[in-house]
Amino acid sequence: MITSIRKMFISQKIIPICSIILGILFIVTLLAPWIAPNDPIAVNLAYKLQPPSVEFPLGTDHLGRCNLSRILYGGRISLGFAMLIFISSLTIGLIIGTYSGYKGGWVDQVLMRICDGVMAFPSLILILGLVGIFGPGLPQVVLALMLVQWVYYARMFRSMALSLKEQNFIAAAKISGSSQWKIIRNHIVPNVLPPLVVMGTLEMGWAIMDISAMSFLGLGVQPPAAEWGAMIHEGKSYIRTNPELMLYPGLMIMLVIVTFNLLGEALSERYSVKRRS
Amino acid sequence: MSLLQINEVTHSYGSRTFFNWKDRSKKVLNDISLSIDEGTCLGMLGTSGAGKSTLGKVILGLERPQIGQVLFQGHDIYAADKHIRQKIRRDLQAVFQDSYSSVNPRMTAERIIAEPLENYEKLTAAEQKRTIIELLERVGLSERDLNKYPHQFSGGQLQRINIARAVSLKPKLIVLDESVSSLDMVNQALILGLLKELKEEFGLSYLFITHDIKAAYTLSDKVGVLEKGKLVEIYDSKNQFFTSKHPVVHRMRDSILAEHPRFRTIR
Amino acid sequence: MLGTEQSNVLQVNNLQVQVKTKNGASTLVEDINFELKRGEVLGLVGESGCGKTVTSMSILQLLNRKSTSIEGSILLQGRELNGLGEKGMREIRGKDIAFIMQNPMNAFTPVFTIGHQFIETIRSHTKWNKKQATELAIEAMHHVNLPDPVKLLKCYPFQFSGGMLQRVMIAMAACLHPAVIIADEPTTALDVNNQKNVLYHLEKIRAEYGTAILLISHDLGVIAEMADHVAVMKKGRIIEKAGVFQLFDEPRHEYTKKLLNARSKLQFYESAVHLA
Repeated sequence: MITSIRKMFISQKIIPICSIILGILFIVTLLAPWIAPNDPIAVNLAYKLQPPSVEFPLGTDHLGRCNLSRILYGGRISLGFAMLIFISSLTIGLIIGTYSGYKGGWVDQVLMRICDGVMAFPSLILILGLVGIFGPGLPQVVLALMLVQWVYYARMFRSMALSLKEQNFIAAAKISGSSQWKIIRNHIVPNVLPPLVVMGTLEMGWAIMDISAMSFLGLGVQPPAAEWGAMIHEGKSYIRTNPELMLYPGLMIMLVIVTFNLLGEALSERYSVKRRS
Repeated sequence: MSLLQINEVTHSYGSRTFFNWKDRSKKVLNDISLSIDEGTCLGMLGTSGAGKSTLGKVILGLERPQIGQVLFQGHDIYAADKHIRQKIRRDLQAVFQDSYSSVNPRMTAERIIAEPLENYEKLTAAEQKRTIIELLERVGLSERDLNKYPHQFSGGQLQRINIARAVSLKPKLIVLDESVSSLDMVNQALILGLLKELKEEFGLSYLFITHDIKAAYTLSDKVGVLEKGKLVEIYDSKNQFFTSKHPVVHRMRDSILAEHPRFRTIR
Repeated sequence: MLGTEQSNVLQVNNLQVQVKTKNGASTLVEDINFELKRGEVLGLVGESGCGKTVTSMSILQLLNRKSTSIEGSILLQGRELNGLGEKGMREIRGKDIAFIMQNPMNAFTPVFTIGHQFIETIRSHTKWNKKQATELAIEAMHHVNLPDPVKLLKCYPFQFSGGMLQRVMIAMAACLHPAVIIADEPTTALDVNNQKNVLYHLEKIRAEYGTAILLISHDLGVIAEMADHVAVMKKGRIIEKAGVFQLFDEPRHEYTKKLLNARSKLQFYESAVHLA
């Protein structure tokens, strides 16, 4: 199996395969309200821990809720919020990083020291802090992750902007009369983004992990809301009798992260090959 | 009043920093004064390291000299207010040595040439496109090249695009910083020919920085020689350059390769 | 004193190089024929992209073996190089046929001293020990007028200027007295002051050891100074071949005329040079 994955890699077929899988997952979770067979939070103790049936295609959990529906609705949270964290931290990092790298001087120094400060702060502590103030909940987790993640992108974009600004075409743009924001927007950003979009696919995997991990610890999504990490948390009491309560959400997390990672690796390989030729 | 006048410009790199109190600065330009009249080309010869590129940057307003003034049409370009600087900017353009790094690899030829036009002229989309096509044709390319990307052009063609961009605003002075040095002989001759035509057509002035004496001669009215940051001499005519007894100039003349095998000096 | 042998040191017949692309085989150069006699300089001139470097790389068998195919005959002192495996070529390169490349900065590994690389090259082709190889290296460096070779051998490439590195490359190329030296645009990356210097050293090697030189350049000045014969290349083919005087005086092909005119367009006061 490893060799066949490797072969797929080399032929680059892996990119369309992964994209299709992810595409299906996104669409399916997006359409959850319409295609889920049941209400994900409807509790019905009479049906608890049922095996798969026509009414409950993946069976039910310990509170009689439909597993499949919970997986689908849970996907909306895991994937949706991971997307949100990724895009917002990328955007903040992009603006701050490129501006800092392009401007240089004391602006750069100040912004980078702020980055250093934030980086020194473990996200877990920040989450615990926010949870301490506002109580546990998904918004706290998402906010904390956004606040911590942008720094990583900012540093990347900054170093790329630093090397770009020495290029002649930046001088040419200045000579053409372009303002500094126009230069950042038209010349720096388009040349800085493509490699990072590739890296972003790998980051998505991490974002999903983070949300699920926080929910698993009970700090994120609160019951009765469905979310994969939270489902694993709830299912762990039944690991001996009904392992599927943990397996279904666990496998989904694994599927999404592995697919994102394979896609990211293949894209970065394709990108570096393109550069060489 | 000459178009460009620089007075006693001195500039160095690597001066004191926070962690480096000793003055380790190296004078790249040393007390340089020169002027360029409208419609003329001043060739600036010198070996690499003589400070030619720094001179170009200082004149273009990209690097403020530590000492000295750069006067363009009478205005001190580093001391002028924003409004005047904007005005000067359009009249002071450049074509650099490496054609590939002078363009954004993600922009089409059209967008590359459009940039100065968008900043200064208020043209409609159709007018702008027409102007760009005219410029492309003027430099020997065609409408078909509008949507091509830099990697689809050869070095010579890309340099033509750089020239089209530089003349798009009909500037007064263009700094040509080793603009043909990266091209092969045939392309060099063609581009120099184009630059000469444009000079006459638009009444342009050039500062032609190069290490190649022959190229300098094709385009220049006057020739200056830069050696280790100092201006050795400015010659008002090519004949004067040739007959000069100065050792630096003599060395330069000696390094010229033969035109024809019967003049060969090595074999 | 040149040898009296008139046989060809390098003979290239019907050389054709093709590269495999997505759309089939694409021809890089074809119908290439030329010969080099002992002590002669053949200038190979043309615009960038005309196939000059491909030709020289194919003689040295340095092209990618998987994606390029070389057909035709390349005889070095009577020995066929085309088809000779990598092992055989490694013995020949550096010893019987040497290469001077355009950008001297790229020719050396930055992490080893010049001495290390020079001696390694010598020892890979001879049975000498380190001391003997060092002596040869020092002598070769003297030959190209590099001052204080003992000290220079201990320096790293970044400590040299372009002109000096190019001279080191010439020293390395010439020290084992190869029959042929291929010099690919040896002056292009250098300052004007160094260009004549490099050509002078090449000529010295040619005169003293009778080395044949394949001199590739886009600059007709280099050709005028150095060549005995000239082959003009365009789009992968040789379009004109002649003795250097004949080429400059009576060019036959339109393209050659265009090349020669390009130079005189760089209006040069010939008479003035020879007054000074």
